[in-house]
Amino acid sequence: MKKYAADLHIHTCLSPCSDNDMTPANILNMAKLAGLDMVGITDHNSAENIKAFLEAAHDYDILVIPGMEVNTREEVHVLCYFQDMDGIMEWQEVIYKHLPPIKNNKDIFGDQLVVDFMGGVIREEERFLLSAVDLSFDEIVKQVTNLGGICIPSHIDRPHNSLIYNLGLIPEDAGICAVEISKNTLYEEVIKEIPVLKEFTVIQSSDAHSLGEILDRRTYFLLEDLTFKEFTLALKRIKGRKVILEI
Amino acid sequence: MTLKLGQIVDNLGLKVVTGTDLLDREVQGGYTSDLLSWVMAHAKEGCLWITVQNHQNIVAVASLLGLAGIIVAEGVEVEEKTREKGEKEKVCILTTEKSAYEISGLLYQMGLGK
Repeated sequence: MKKYAADLHIHTCLSPCSDNDMTPANILNMAKLAGLDMVGITDHNSAENIKAFLEAAHDYDILVIPGMEVNTREEVHVLCYFQDMDGIMEWQEVIYKHLPPIKNNKDIFGDQLVVDFMGGVIREEERFLLSAVDLSFDEIVKQVTNLGGICIPSHIDRPHNSLIYNLGLIPEDAGICAVEISKNTLYEEVIKEIPVLKEFTVIQSSDAHSLGEILDRRTYFLLEDLTFKEFTLALKRIKGRKVILEI
Repeated sequence: MTLKLGQIVDNLGLKVVTGTDLLDREVQGGYTSDLLSWVMAHAKEGCLWITVQNHQNIVAVASLLGLAGIIVAEGVEVEEKTREKGEKEKVCILTTEKSAYEISGLLYQMGLGK
């Protein structure tokens, strides 16, 4: 098996809070410089830029994992990953049905740019993407799993929009196998605060909103080869696949 | 001042979702918040907790702290899983159409927390 470095939480120019230069080529070139083998593209409540990233990724030896960071009814942020365009688009339809019909005010929140694989702006997304969707954390995990995807609660150590902060503890039987810790902490520190996390796979990601934030090689996946299937096996710690954190 | 859960239910016209057999429980005070970790850190035993959260974890938190019960406010419906948990853990869950602000004020007026 081989070790593959990953940063699984990156926002593109679609997220209102991100820089407008978070385009496919910029992010993938930065990932290449950082020595990453795998990136997760995870905009807030939307997957409009996934297609552009999958197209752009043809020119790189990097696996792009289609993802989304959903804001649950309880205002918990949870990362949802899918194997391909079909999966993530089906999921986007579900999310859009449960997203409140509020329009973005770009003067306050920022631009929501949908781009092509060259980074050219196709349009601006009108729906305000930062709202909480009217689906509970448990419902989201269940539905993502049913659609063949996998969920990882975001920045579980953070004192806002995190599963532990908003919901107190990891819900029983929710089907969570892995959690994310934010980039400015250490595994040992988080475990000291929240000992129960020892029972989970822990990944560390950047939650990058600007190019400079994309993480260097810190979270490694031990896999047979670089595929979505193998990625999910590692999160579940099956057949020797696993995640290794290195500083 | 303490009150029985049943008195509060009658006075404020609350709907009893779980724990119809728990209404003679004594309530020592009130606590209002929707951040569960915050509740875990600050709510006191015997308190009646007012929230708009309907996730199953509210039962775990109430049970962990020995709260007198939970009022799910603002007409929020209690999830099935939460209801089942409430029955199992013997946590009284009440609901109201009133806002969290209003119900907190009414409880205070009844003498709770004074």
